[in-house]
Amino acid sequence: MTKTMEATDHLEVVRKRRKKLPTEVSIFLVLVGIAILFEILGWVVRGDSFLMNPQRLLIMILQMSIIGIIAIGVTQIIITGGIDLSSGSVLALTAMVTASLAQQSDYVRAVYPALTDMPWIIPLIAGVLVGALCGLINGALISFAVIPPFIATLGMMVSARGVARAYTDGQPVSMLTDEFTWIGSGANPVIIFLAVAVIFHIALKYTRYGKYTYAIGANPQAARVSGINVRRHLVLVYTIGGLLAGLAGVVASARAGTGQAGMGLMYELDAIAAAVIGGTSLAGGVGRIAGTVIGALILGVMLSGFTFLGVDAYYQDIVKGAIIVAAVVVDQYRQRKRNKTA
Amino acid sequence: MATMTAEDLTPDTAEFILEVADVRKTFPGVVALDNVQLKVRPGTVHALMGENGAGKSTLMKIIAGVYIPDQGEVRLNGMPLQLQGPLDALEAGIAMIHQELNLMPYMTIAENIWIRREPLNAFGMVNHDRMNQMTGALFERLGIDMDPEMEVRRLTVAGRQMIEIAKAVSYESDVLIMDEPTSSLADREVEHLFRIINDLRAQGKGIIYITHKMDEVFEIADDISVFRDGQFIHSAAASDMTSDEIIKLMVGREVTQMFPKEEVPIGDVVLSVDSLSLQGVFENISFEVRAGEILGLAGLVGSGRTNVAETLFGVTPPTSGRITIDGKEEIISSPHQAMLRGLALLTEDRKETGLFLGLSVIENMEMAVLRDGYTKATFVEQDRLDQECDSMTERLSVKTPSMDERIGNLSGGNQQKVLIGRWLMTKPRILILDEPTRGIDVGAKAEIHKLITELVRQGVAVIMISSELPEVLGMSDRIMVMHEGRVTGFLDRSEANQVNIMQLASSPVEPPVVES
Repeated sequence: MTKTMEATDHLEVVRKRRKKLPTEVSIFLVLVGIAILFEILGWVVRGDSFLMNPQRLLIMILQMSIIGIIAIGVTQIIITGGIDLSSGSVLALTAMVTASLAQQSDYVRAVYPALTDMPWIIPLIAGVLVGALCGLINGALISFAVIPPFIATLGMMVSARGVARAYTDGQPVSMLTDEFTWIGSGANPVIIFLAVAVIFHIALKYTRYGKYTYAIGANPQAARVSGINVRRHLVLVYTIGGLLAGLAGVVASARAGTGQAGMGLMYELDAIAAAVIGGTSLAGGVGRIAGTVIGALILGVMLSGFTFLGVDAYYQDIVKGAIIVAAVVVDQYRQRKRNKTA
Repeated sequence: MATMTAEDLTPDTAEFILEVADVRKTFPGVVALDNVQLKVRPGTVHALMGENGAGKSTLMKIIAGVYIPDQGEVRLNGMPLQLQGPLDALEAGIAMIHQELNLMPYMTIAENIWIRREPLNAFGMVNHDRMNQMTGALFERLGIDMDPEMEVRRLTVAGRQMIEIAKAVSYESDVLIMDEPTSSLADREVEHLFRIINDLRAQGKGIIYITHKMDEVFEIADDISVFRDGQFIHSAAASDMTSDEIIKLMVGREVTQMFPKEEVPIGDVVLSVDSLSLQGVFENISFEVRAGEILGLAGLVGSGRTNVAETLFGVTPPTSGRITIDGKEEIISSPHQAMLRGLALLTEDRKETGLFLGLSVIENMEMAVLRDGYTKATFVEQDRLDQECDSMTERLSVKTPSMDERIGNLSGGNQQKVLIGRWLMTKPRILILDEPTRGIDVGAKAEIHKLITELVRQGVAVIMISSELPEVLGMSDRIMVMHEGRVTGFLDRSEANQVNIMQLASSPVEPPVVES
């Protein structure tokens, strides 16, 4: 007995040392490392600084904000042990719907000529609701029709893109009001992204919603026996995921000043990548919003850095793919280490 | 056949079929084994005893090639072994039946047993007919009655355990390691297992047997070795030891009372169940539990005990029948509703339906109580919760470095205490305990028994399911016995004994009951 206590005391020491270095810190160090690498390469290859260019950094963060908003929803879904492949398509659909309700009255080919020049809040709410509806359908299929999340959201991914195209027969929706496009102007997308991140960081950490989310991911059966309504909670998490994809769609169309059915292509994969790079485990039960934010920034720095160096887009994809796989390898390694100490 | 040559050597070269000498194994920050020895004679069953964390499982994993020792030696038939992995051990003639079942659910019984050794036909394809024949022959030898072509997922836990045992036997190894093989078996299946073990012993094999159950040890073991805190403590012939001595050696202190039954005043009927049925699983179950009473629920594995508990708790709502709580008829269709009515269920399988293994001690403990009253404006009142979890941890004397420790790092007994804490925090009036002390060490067991006694003194009605008859007999005021989904009888504390419980619990079909 004394020996095992000694052993656990020792373990505690080991763990405490690790606690000073939470996963977010190590991911953050990776981010810093990549940024420094690009800085050095920048001077070597182009004789120019990568980081000392506020314009470039702003563009980079702006680019990542939209994927970041999606990734915050996707992170929560992955924590429950699920996956969401539909977020990119849902973004496209909501961008179409929201843009069609934000057109100027002096535009002759408006989608709804009777519904032009509306206050910005109307298309915003409509877009978010359409996204939430898509998420609700995902959640209902998963919880009540008991379809694996991969398949349910794959179906939504294909269908939502189809609806987005059918909505205007593939025509882009343009000439949006200034008050609507203001949502996507300047640093606003970044502010929205960070606000969403803070809200869900708090929700996951300090509310029952968050605790149930982790519990379901860690052991759905035990969660049910502990009195958690697992089905209802999953519907809620997927609905929030859809809602955030919808919000991303609103921001994307406001920023681009147009809604197009081809928007957000492959964003779902970038969002999943951001979550996984940020330390969210595909096995469920593990993950943090802070990690996902850093994960999204890593993707952003990579994209921006390669563009700065003039590296071909094909090579960018190769490296991005390798990084995603590396992140999962690290996750597996961590899991195995965890199981070993158990 | 490597085993043949080994057997030929046995009589004149080695007194011991397996010898472990001076083995030491450390994990980062922990000395799991230190200077450990073990000597197994051929044709004997050698029981390994010790509390959880004593190092038994680590030692077995070293013998089975899962871990490589830092120091020391394992000798098989006098020859030192250099094992690089479990496969090496199997080929050398050491087979292990793991505590966790490692079968592939969607493959047939035969495919599971002969995996990696499938008989092939002329085209290099698996010869399924031959494989099924081989399985049939093996089953005949072991007295197992199962269809080799059945998919494993359709077997009960006990059935799977038998397949694991058959698989280990099929390797024709010299040494068989059994790590708590009976933990999911009912008494009848245990008897069957013991027949198999006796056969193997007669063939001159060495069997290492890990268990927590004292009665089993004296029934089956020839030799006993006791471990404590990663160290070898004592080894002797089973006939030279008593269970009190073993317990003393295991815990390093005296455990005077195993089952501290205490008479407490029994109050009014709290829960009454009338003709409860779950179609195809159990039928016509009726019983009452009173405040301060412990109702023991005995029966073989698969008799429907656990199903009744799950139905009462709303996990699987009944197809017919009535549940009355405090004289009011209630419909319970989810665990949530059961909790609202003052029920709590400690589930049978800690890992499957109890623990959130990846989460911390506090997250595991607080989960059931989060629903009522611990939130203010959607935020969890973590401070208040922390305090209550702390005092619960203290009350149950859970040993953990901190409340933020991952629960997977605690011992089985401490994990179980955390789960009990989870339910006590909901302040239940009817507490259902399904195998509350399975797979946990003697010290923790006694503490849990004491706690149950304390709860009934406070007027909680307890329903306790257990496969260990001494536990049922020691703790219960009344015992309800089930067989194949039906209640076969009630026994009062004064009249119950192992024999009449087993009579009620065992099949009236196999040995036809003689009616007077």
